[in-house]
Amino acid sequence: MAQTYHTTVGSRRYRFEGLAELMAKATPARSGDRLAGVIADTAEERVVAQMVLAELPLSTFLNEALIPYEQDEITRLIIDEHDARAFAPLKHLTVGDFRNWLLSDHATSEALAAARDGITPEMAAAVSKLMRNQDLILVARKCQVTTAFRNTIGLSGRMSTRLQPNHPTDDVTGIAASILDGLLYGSGDAVIGINPATDNVAQSIKLMRLMDDVIQKYQIPTQSCVLTHVTNTLEAIEKGAPVDLVFQSIGGTEATNRSFGFDLSILAEAEAAAQTLNRGTVGRNVMYFETGQGSSLSADAHHGLDQQTCEARAYAVARKFSPLLVNTVVGFIGPEYLYDGKEIIRAGLEDHFCGKLLGVPMGCDVCYTNHAEADQNDMDNLLTLLGVAGCNFVMGIPGSDDIMLNYQTTSFHDALYARRVLGLKAAPEFERWLEQVQIFQDVGACQLNDQLPAAFANSLRHLPRGGSRDA
Amino acid sequence: MPDTGANEAQVPFVVENPWERLQAFTDARIGLGRAGVSLPTRQLLAFQLAHAQAQDAVHCPLDSDALASQLTNTLSLTVPPLRLHSHALDRAMYLQRPDYGRRLNDDSRARLQTAAMDGQRFDLAVVIVDGLSARAVQQNSAPFLAALYHAIQQDQSDSEDVWRLAPLTIVEQGRVAVGDEVGDLLNADAVLVMIGERPGLSSPDSLGLYMTWAPEPGLKDDRRNCISNVRPAGLSSEEAARRLMLLLKEARQRRLSGVQLKDRSEDSVLEGESGGSGSTRNFLVAD
Repeated sequence: MAQTYHTTVGSRRYRFEGLAELMAKATPARSGDRLAGVIADTAEERVVAQMVLAELPLSTFLNEALIPYEQDEITRLIIDEHDARAFAPLKHLTVGDFRNWLLSDHATSEALAAARDGITPEMAAAVSKLMRNQDLILVARKCQVTTAFRNTIGLSGRMSTRLQPNHPTDDVTGIAASILDGLLYGSGDAVIGINPATDNVAQSIKLMRLMDDVIQKYQIPTQSCVLTHVTNTLEAIEKGAPVDLVFQSIGGTEATNRSFGFDLSILAEAEAAAQTLNRGTVGRNVMYFETGQGSSLSADAHHGLDQQTCEARAYAVARKFSPLLVNTVVGFIGPEYLYDGKEIIRAGLEDHFCGKLLGVPMGCDVCYTNHAEADQNDMDNLLTLLGVAGCNFVMGIPGSDDIMLNYQTTSFHDALYARRVLGLKAAPEFERWLEQVQIFQDVGACQLNDQLPAAFANSLRHLPRGGSRDA
Repeated sequence: MPDTGANEAQVPFVVENPWERLQAFTDARIGLGRAGVSLPTRQLLAFQLAHAQAQDAVHCPLDSDALASQLTNTLSLTVPPLRLHSHALDRAMYLQRPDYGRRLNDDSRARLQTAAMDGQRFDLAVVIVDGLSARAVQQNSAPFLAALYHAIQQDQSDSEDVWRLAPLTIVEQGRVAVGDEVGDLLNADAVLVMIGERPGLSSPDSLGLYMTWAPEPGLKDDRRNCISNVRPAGLSSEEAARRLMLLLKEARQRRLSGVQLKDRSEDSVLEGESGGSGSTRNFLVAD
C-alpha cells in the first residue's frame, strides 16, 4: 500500500501521496519534472519534502516499490539482486543519516565499495536529493570504479576520453581525419566510438573495420565501438565483424527500454556474444551504455516518477552487465528536460554520484544543444567539477562541435585543460603508448610534441590529392 | 606602450597543426592548432560566432506561405499543401512543452477530418514539420520531395506498385510524433515526417526523415525508421529518396516499421567486398 506522508510547517500542512510523489517533490527544480507535472509547487514544498525524505528509513525502498514488481523487470532486477548482507551496516539508517554516513570518515573507499550491492538506485536517488553539489563531488570522489578491456579505466588520478569522430555521412576519410586529430591531442583511451549517421548493420560493420584497422596498425591500447542498436551489433557479431564493445542506450523502466527496442534478455544475449570474441587484453568488460535524465518521460514511460530517479534506476540495468563504460549524456536531450546551464551541471553531478555509488563506471558527456540556455562556460564549469569528482571519462571531439549529432560536447583541447589544471592522466596503458609514439613531449606535464610523430607523418603522405571527398 | 603586434607575429604562441589540410575531408573542427593546450583566439571566436548563429536559427519562424507556393510550383500540385498547426502556440511554449508539439490543435484536426471525409485510403502521407530548424525545411523540402516523387514514379513504372499519396501537409511548431496523428486522420498506411533537426554549429539546415508504418497517436520511437542529415552538404536529396524508397517498399511488404525493419539500403557495401576491408581504406591505414 502506498503510504501518505505529511508534516506541518508553521501553519501549513503538507501532504505527499506516496513515495514517488515525495521523491519527485524533493528533487531540485528542473524543467523535465515540471513538464511531467511532478515538480514541487513551491520552493518551500520542495524543502519540506526533503525534510520528510530525510526522516525516511532507507529500508522503505525495499518494501515499497516505486514501480510495481509485477509490472517492471527493472524493479524485479533491483529487488531480486539486492544484497542484504551488504546492506546490513546501512539498514538502520534514515536517508538523512545515510547522507551523514556517506560524508563521514567511516565511508572510506573500501566501505563504499562493500556497500554497493546493498544500495538500490532509489536509495542513491533519494540521498542525492538532500545533497549539495559539493557533497555529490566529495562522495563520488571516494567511490572508485575500475574497469578494463585493452586498458584500465577509472583509476584514481586518471580521466579518460572517448574519441568521437562522428561524420554526417560516415565518410571514411572524414572519420579518419577526426581520429588522427584526436589521437594527436592524446584522446581516445576510453574508446574510439562512432555514432553512425546511417544506422544499419552493413554500415556498422564498415565502421567497426575502419577503427579496428587503425587500432591494429598503430597498436593502440584502446577499444572501438559503433553506437548502433544492440540488435545490429548482435547481427554484426554473427557476421564476424570485429566488435570490441556492444553499445546500447538504456533507461530506468522496462517501458523505456521497450521503446528503445530491447529488454534485459537481449542485453544478456549481446554481452554473452561479445564475450565469446575474447578481444580484450587486460579485462573483460564489453558493454558500453548511455543514459540521460528525461529519456523515460520522453518515451512516456516514467510511471509518474521524477526524471532523476528514473535515471538512477538505469544504473541498475547497467551494473547487471558489468560495462566498461557508462555515459550520462547530460545536456543532449534539450531544454524541456534540463533547461539551462545550472540544471545541466546539477544533473551531471547527480548522475555521476549515483552511478559511482552504485558501482557503475560513470563518465559524462558534458554537453548542450543549441536550443538550451547554456554555453561553453557552463561546460567548462561542469567539466572542472567532474574532473574534481573523479569522473571516469568525458568525450573528446574536434573543437567541441559534433557535426553529425548537432550538439556541443567537450573537445580534445578541453580534456587537456582538465588534465593540466587537475593533474589528471590518461589510462596507464594508453599513457605509455602516447609516450612511445611521441604524441607527447612530456606526458607527465601534459605537454604535446610540437613535431608531428613519425608514424603519423608517414600516414599523411598517403593523403588523397585535391581534397576530393570519398563519399 | 611598445607596439607588440609585430613581435607577437614572430613569437609562436600558437602551435599550428601540420595536418590542417585534412580539413578538406571533413567539416569537423580539426587541425585547430593550440595556444598551450587551449584554443587559439581566432578559433575561439569562430566557434562563438557559429554558436550565436545557431541559437538565432532555433528562433527563426517557418515561412509556410512561401513554402506552400514553392512546393505547389515545384511539384505541380493540383491541391496546395494543407496548412496545420500543433498545440504549441509559439516557440517558447514549443521548446518547453514537447507534448504540445506532438499534437495538432483542434482547428487542424477538424480540417483534416473534413479532408478525409470520403474515407479514401492512402499508401503514404507526407508531413512537413518545422521542428527545431525552419531553415532546414524551407531550403530542403522542395528538392527532396522532387527526388522522392521521381523515385515513386520510377517504382510505379518498374514494379507496377501503385503509391496513392495523401494531400501534402505542413505543420508549424511540430515534433516528429505529430505525423502519427496526421497519418491516422488521413487514413494513410504509412507516414513520412520531414522535420528540421536541431541545428548544429556547422549544419543549421539539416532535414530529418522519419517513416512510420500504420501511424496512430501514441506510437513510440521504436516504430520509426530515420534517415538523418538531408542537406546539400550532407546526404543528398537523391540518395535520401533512394534509401527511403527501399524502406517504404520493405515496410509495405512486411507491414511494419521501426527496429524490426532494418535499413538494408547499404547492404551492397558488404556484398561488393571480396573479403577485405576495401571500402574502409583511408590514409591512416593505407600501406
